[in-house]
This record gives sequence, C-alpha cells and structure tokens, in this order.
Amino acid sequence: MAILNKEEAQAILKKVLSFSKAEFCEISLNGSDGGNIRYARNAVSTAGQISVMDLAVSSTFGKKTGTATINEFDDASLQKVVKRAEELAMLAPENPEFMPLLGAQDFEESPTYNENTAAMTPDTRAEMVGKSLQVSKAANLEAAGFLENSTRFGAIMNSKGLFAYNKRTNVSFSVTVRNQAGTGSGYIEQQFNDLDKMDTLALSKIAASKALGSATAKAIEPGKYTVILEPLAASDMLGNMFRGFDARSADEGRSFMSKKGGGTRLGEQLFSENVNIYSDPMNPDVPSAAWSDDGLKVKRTQWVEKGVVKNLAYSRYWAEQKGVVPVPFNRSIVMEGGTQSLEELIKSTEKGILVTRFWYIRSVDPQTLLLTGLTRDGTFYIENGEIKFPVKNFRFNESPVIMLNNVEALGKPVRTGSGMIPPMKIRDFTFTSLSDAV
Amino acid sequence: MGALMLPDLSAFGNPIDPLQALEGVDVKIKKELADVALNAAKSKGATYADIRIGRYLNQFVATREKRVQGVANTESYGIGVRVLANGCWGFAATNKVTKEDVAKAAEQAVAVAKANAKIQGEPVQLAPQKGFGEVSWKTPIEINAFEVPVKEKVDLLLNVNDIAMQNGASFVNSVIFAVNEQKYFASTDGSYIDQDIHRIYPSFNVTRIDRESGKFQTRSALSSPMGMGYEYMNARPQDKVQGVVTRYKGRYDMLEDAKSAALNASEKVKAKSVEPGKYDLVLDPSHLWLTIHESVGHPTELDRVLGYEANYAGTSFLTLDKWKSKKFKFGSDKVNVIADKTQVGSLGAVGYDDEGVKCKKWDIIKDGVLVNYQAIRDQAHIIGLEESQGCCYAQGWDDVQFQRMPNISLEAGKEKLSVDDMIKNVEKGIYIIGNGSFSIDQQRYNFQFGGQTFYEIKNGKIVGMLNDVAYQSNTQEFWNSCSAICDQNDYRLGGSFNDGKGQPSQSSAVSHGSATTRFNGVNVINTARKI
Repeated sequence: MAILNKEEAQAILKKVLSFSKAEFCEISLNGSDGGNIRYARNAVSTAGQISVMDLAVSSTFGKKTGTATINEFDDASLQKVVKRAEELAMLAPENPEFMPLLGAQDFEESPTYNENTAAMTPDTRAEMVGKSLQVSKAANLEAAGFLENSTRFGAIMNSKGLFAYNKRTNVSFSVTVRNQAGTGSGYIEQQFNDLDKMDTLALSKIAASKALGSATAKAIEPGKYTVILEPLAASDMLGNMFRGFDARSADEGRSFMSKKGGGTRLGEQLFSENVNIYSDPMNPDVPSAAWSDDGLKVKRTQWVEKGVVKNLAYSRYWAEQKGVVPVPFNRSIVMEGGTQSLEELIKSTEKGILVTRFWYIRSVDPQTLLLTGLTRDGTFYIENGEIKFPVKNFRFNESPVIMLNNVEALGKPVRTGSGMIPPMKIRDFTFTSLSDAV
Repeated sequence: MGALMLPDLSAFGNPIDPLQALEGVDVKIKKELADVALNAAKSKGATYADIRIGRYLNQFVATREKRVQGVANTESYGIGVRVLANGCWGFAATNKVTKEDVAKAAEQAVAVAKANAKIQGEPVQLAPQKGFGEVSWKTPIEINAFEVPVKEKVDLLLNVNDIAMQNGASFVNSVIFAVNEQKYFASTDGSYIDQDIHRIYPSFNVTRIDRESGKFQTRSALSSPMGMGYEYMNARPQDKVQGVVTRYKGRYDMLEDAKSAALNASEKVKAKSVEPGKYDLVLDPSHLWLTIHESVGHPTELDRVLGYEANYAGTSFLTLDKWKSKKFKFGSDKVNVIADKTQVGSLGAVGYDDEGVKCKKWDIIKDGVLVNYQAIRDQAHIIGLEESQGCCYAQGWDDVQFQRMPNISLEAGKEKLSVDDMIKNVEKGIYIIGNGSFSIDQQRYNFQFGGQTFYEIKNGKIVGMLNDVAYQSNTQEFWNSCSAICDQNDYRLGGSFNDGKGQPSQSSAVSHGSATTRFNGVNVINTARKI
C-alpha cells in the first residue's frame, strides 16, 4: 500500500481535489517502504522494517493558507482533511509572500527507480551485512556499519492543473572497521539508486585496509599543508558551501555570496579557473525528481563555470522581487574534474596529507564560510608520490571558498552522497591542532 | 535552497488542527492494542517484546521581522514493536493502529530478528526489570503550550522582532517550538506505562549588517529549551540574573533579551579582534552547557565506549579500563558531574524510560574521578549493574529505542562564590556568554567552541567586547584546568532540543546544568579570515 504507481497516486489526488472549496488547493502524497540493519562489534545491534504513507492538503483563500495532513485514505478521512485545511486557512494570518499556484507543467521522468532495490527483503539485507562481517572477522578486525534501503514515491497536484509524480529507490551502506587495539580505523560509505552497484564485500575490504594501514599513526606538526581530499572528504566541505548559493540571503547581506556595499557576487570570479559545478536531475549517476516541491521544473543548472558564479537559487517569491526567473536548487550536484585517479593524484605529490574523510564540521564564521572539523578514519603522510606513514588526526579551520581558490588538480568524479565529486589536490589547507582520536 | 534556512517541518510529523488532538488516546484502547502485539510476538517465538504506542504533537510558530513565516501543528501517531527472538533484536513500526496491523508489525519484528540471528554473534543479555503494572507520569506543567492561542504566540514573536529592529537589528527570525509526547509503553515484563511529556523552546536570531564594510554579526537568544509548559515564557524578577547582560534561570523574558541581542549585535560589528594565546576562561552556564554536553555527556555514553556508535557518532576515550581503575582523573577535584533523569524542568525528566525502567539519579564524575557511565538494559551487565540506569529513548513510534544521554550536569561549587568575585581574580581572561560554533572529535579528546558574546577581562575587570574568539582544548586537560565554580545561586539549566545520534539518525532533548565556571590557561584562536 505504501508505494503507489502514477495512476493510483493521481486517482487519490483527483478525488481529494474534488472535495476542495478553497480558492486554491495544493495536495501532496508521499509514501515510503524500507528497512535497515545496524551492526557493531561484528554483530547486529538493531534492525527494522518501516512503512508509511501520508497526504498533505494546503488550502488558500486570498493569501491565507492552512495545511492539514492525514494518513487514512477512506473517503470520509479525505473529506475531513480538506475541511480541516480550509478551516485553518480561515484562521491563518495573511502571508504577503504567498505566490499564485503554477498551472500544468511538462515534467520529464528521471531514472530514479530500480526494481531490484525495491525488491530487497530482510534476508537480502542480512546477506549483504554478512559479507561485510566476513571481511572484518577474517582479518580479526571489528566492524560497525549500517545498511538501509528504501522505495519512496512523491506526487503533487494543484487546483490549477499541475501534477507531478516521482518514484525512487535508494540503498546506502557505510562501515567503520577498527583494529582490536583501537589504534587503527577505516571507513567507507556509498549509496546508489541501483542495488546491483552496491558491493558490501569490496567496500568493507577498503575500510579494513584503511584500518590496518592507519594503525600506529605518527604525530606531525599542524600547519598549512598540501592535501589530497578523497571525494568523501571533499564532499563534506562542499556540502556546506552549496547551502550558501541562495540569492535571498546574499541580497540581504548575510552570506559569503553578499557583495560589499550591497547585492550578490553573481558573475564574480570566486574560485580557481578549474572549478566547474552544475546540477542535473537527469544525470543517470545521481538522478533526482525533475520537479521541486513548489512545482517548478528542475533543469540542468550551471552554478560555477571556470570559477565564476553563474547562478544562485531564487525562490519564486524572491525571483519576482528581483525581476528574474526562479531557479530551484537541486541536490544532484556534479563537480567536474579530470581523468586522474586518486592514486595518480598521490603520485604527483611531493609532500602532502591524504584525507579519507572529515568529521564534525561546523560553521565558525558565516561571513567567510570558515569551517572547523577534524580528519578521521585514515589520514596519511605523502612524500615523493608515495604514502609514507599514517598520521594522527588534525583539526582544521578552513573555508571551502579559500580551498577552491587553491585547487592544484582534480581527479575523476565519483558518486558521493547525492552528488558526483572528484578527489582533489588543494594547497595551503589549514590544520590548527592535533587530535588523539582514532 | 531557501527552504534550507528554515527548520524541516516534515521532521516534526504531520500538520494538524491546532484546536484538536490535545486529549490522549484512551488508556483502555492502548492496553488492548498492546496485549495484541505482545501476544502476537510471543506466539511467533519472541522471548521478550515491548510496544510503544506514540502520539507526538508538535507546534511550530516562526516569524521574521514583521511577518509570520509558518504556523504548523503536527501530529504523528503509530506503534513500534521491539522483540527479542533467537537472542537478537527485531523492530517493526506502522502508522495503521488497528489490532490486525499491530499484530502484523509484531510478527514482522520477529521475522527481522530471526533473519538477523543468523549473522548474530553473542545473544543479547537483558537486565531484569520488574513490571510496574498500570502506572502513569506527567511533566509537571502549569500552562499547556498547546492550549495557548496561536495568536498570542504570533503577537509575542512579532513584538520580539519589533523590539530587535527598533534597537538596531537588520534582520530577526524568531520561533516558538512546543512538544507533547503522549507515550504508552507495555512489555512482556508486565508494565503498562502511560506518560504525557511536555517541552518548550523559544528562540530568535538577530543579524546586524554593516553595508559599508560588508560585515555582519549575529546574536541568538539566551533562552534554553525546557521540560516545561508555557509558564517558561513568564519571567519573574527572581528568574533574572543581572550582569554584563541579563541571563535567565527557570523562566525567560524574550522581549528583554531581544533588545539586549540587537544591542549586542551592533556592538559585535565594532568589537576588536582577539589576540590569540592562552587565557583564563569564565564560562557562563548559557555557554558551558554545550561544552558539558559534548565533552562529558557524549564520552560517558556506554554504547559509545563499547563501540556501538563507531560507525556514526564515534567511540570514546573513556574506555572501561579507565573506569575500572577507579582513579582516572577526568577533571580537577572541583569537578562533580551528575546524571539525573528526575530533575524538575529539565528536558530529560520522565517517569520511565522507553524500555520501562524507572528514572533515577547517579554520579558520573566524583571529585574529578570517572565513576560511572550511562547504560540501558542490554548493557547493564557489562559494567556490573543489576539493573538499567534508565537511559533508553526513541524519538518517535517509528524509531527503535536505544541508549540516549540523561541530563548531565556539573554541580555548583560548595563554597560561596559570585560571578563578580570570580572575575575579580582573573588577570587575563575572556568571559563567554551563549553557545556558538562547536566541534569535537569522534573520541571526544579535541574540541573547539565559539560563543555568542565575548568580553575581555584585564586585571579583574571587564574592559570591552571581543570578536573572532574560539577556544581549542583537550577534554581531560580542560576539565583538569577547572579552578573555580560559582555557588548554587548561579546554577542554571541549558540544553539541546535536538541532539542527534544513531543510524537512522534520531533526535533527543537533554538538559545540562551548571554555575559559572573558571578554566585556567586555555588556548584561544582568532577565527577571522578574508575571502
């Protein structure tokens, strides 16, 4: 019941709309079905199977909007939820930023759904986790990990004729492998829409190899270093920056994208010339729904080209205020890179630090986007193109804006979270103290 | 992307009519459903089972400047069944609360447990817990926040914004969150526990922009999330702590704080940048709660110590050998830390935890020495306990319960000491108020904290405001540098409304009490950069 196809979702939404008496009505219907296994100390700790579906109705009279939801789907419940939303709308204050609803749009279908992922069972998950445990047990190491799969659908309809539907699957896996003495730790994480791409055995071997390789790390002085960031580490830094590509906060003067004296830094060369970033919901490696929650068509958008800021995200309201076309943000981010592998980047490095991942990143100063955080689960010293020895973890204080001005080389992008991110070589990355943590 | 500036409403459940759903579901109906689930689980081979029937109500009122951004009342209702079968845990949840669906969920949970038992190592060992029969508990509130009209809250927030703008703010966002967890727990041990839990959190953030220089500064509220009703919003004179800026204990004056915040933000734009180096820090409870949370609360969670959080939040430097030695010097002799799930007004106070254990209070750090952890039923045997410490919690009916932090608080100093007297003795120091940026490593050694406002102390006097301040330290060094703690008169609660942990990640709410505390010779860095 939790996962409806396009026609089933459309039928429920049409029925709900037929009950509406409001000036404008928007409805969304979402469902998910999935399960997970969490394990630690080489054994399962928790596991679950969860299925939910709910419907939300927003009714508007003038600029007064009320929202109500329900998770029962008989006619009486559907009538009740519409009535409740309309009553709330009457009580609500006017929203001066309310935008008229969009009419029918032509949305493309993005390749987000995979049949094999949708068919996963508790036994499939147990088998996949079993493969991961084989690796740690065979090497006398200790694994803690998490495997989760989900099938979701989302549909929206409004009284102006707009309808959109998306069905998607996801399987995600992460594992931390540590040695028995607690002196070495390795980590890997991966997610895909397609189960066939997920190899928990191979991924666990990478984490195990990092656990063994990172044992007995040496302390070296904190300071400015050339770093090679694995895609996961690079993605940790950039995720914080993408949230700042918002035109409104830039225009309001409270973002690193704000221009001195007023306005935004749109069109400015903010990064190195080799930085190119776009998003595309149709990208088969990182697909996402081709529509935003407010019914905008999500298209390929170039955010940064040759280091120049080409677009900022504009909500429909802010776009109207500024007389521009709205630009929805999209999580299917692709940062273009080169063809070099991580190993090739290491080979080309005279002296540097290889970072597997960062941890506990927090904003220190939103003005400069200064972030602090720590390296974790495999940090290594590189000399003359080779990994020489593991080093103790560092705390950094660095801004991704400064970092993307110091790009020496970019490798081949790989799927990292919901984006495609390359490994990158960055000069003068600022480590400020040492950590004893393993 | 603009929406990312706002809290994710979906995380709080489904919107509902503000005038409905205040009354709890009939206990008789819940008991019947619970018995169906427990019997279904046992008939499929479970050796233990519990069910939580949860109705989670949230209200969220958000404004910015002169406008209401959102009013949402949400409800989430459903059941979660946890079972032990073949020595392994299984869990299933559904929002279909019928006898048939509840039984099906129980059966699914057993199937999950049996599938995983094939790859399980040691079977789960559950500490014994006596059944309490049919009992209930309620947060002792004076005013139910859900019964206060939305208009009253909207008017208050718009007033807050108006006062901030009149006093120099360029922008202001303000919010009131209210939470009501109506939880029913039943287990095969013979407990049927009905609880009605309330929390409230008013907050705001003021921004001051200096267009000419392109600089901006913010100051957020000095409120605290509390396990209270709407009475928290009605501050009395005895709730106000006077000083360089007014701070609050027990109850909060949002309008007064909004004015201070706007003035502080303007002052921060012009404040001098800190000279990096060693300083004696004087930390206000509105700041120190977060340092306690990160550097004492998390490393004493037994699941982290044992490695259950290794893949997400991390492990802990407070390993079992340090605890067993009975002489691991976590902090100076002045440092006494208590775990307490019973403290009135705190976020963590409940009658019983989410696996039917009655809540209690115990020592964690005694005279600077590590003496205990925070444990639940399947961990108790590991530290030689005969029963759980009652630290089990799940954020919703559809999340599995696991070990979460109880209120962890630093005891006030035993000798009389005021903040003014503490500052008088500081030669070169920084007085920090409010919590800001925070980051700590995965074993809780190395941390860095910012704050809301920083005051330079020279020769026993506050001489002005500082900017770009963050302090970096190592947990054990830091707590061993604790040289003075103000007395009980200055004791106040701070807390986290949304503390994340676990996979899938869950949020919990927890308080941390302290009085103003001094730490000697802490490393302060300057965080200013140019882009």
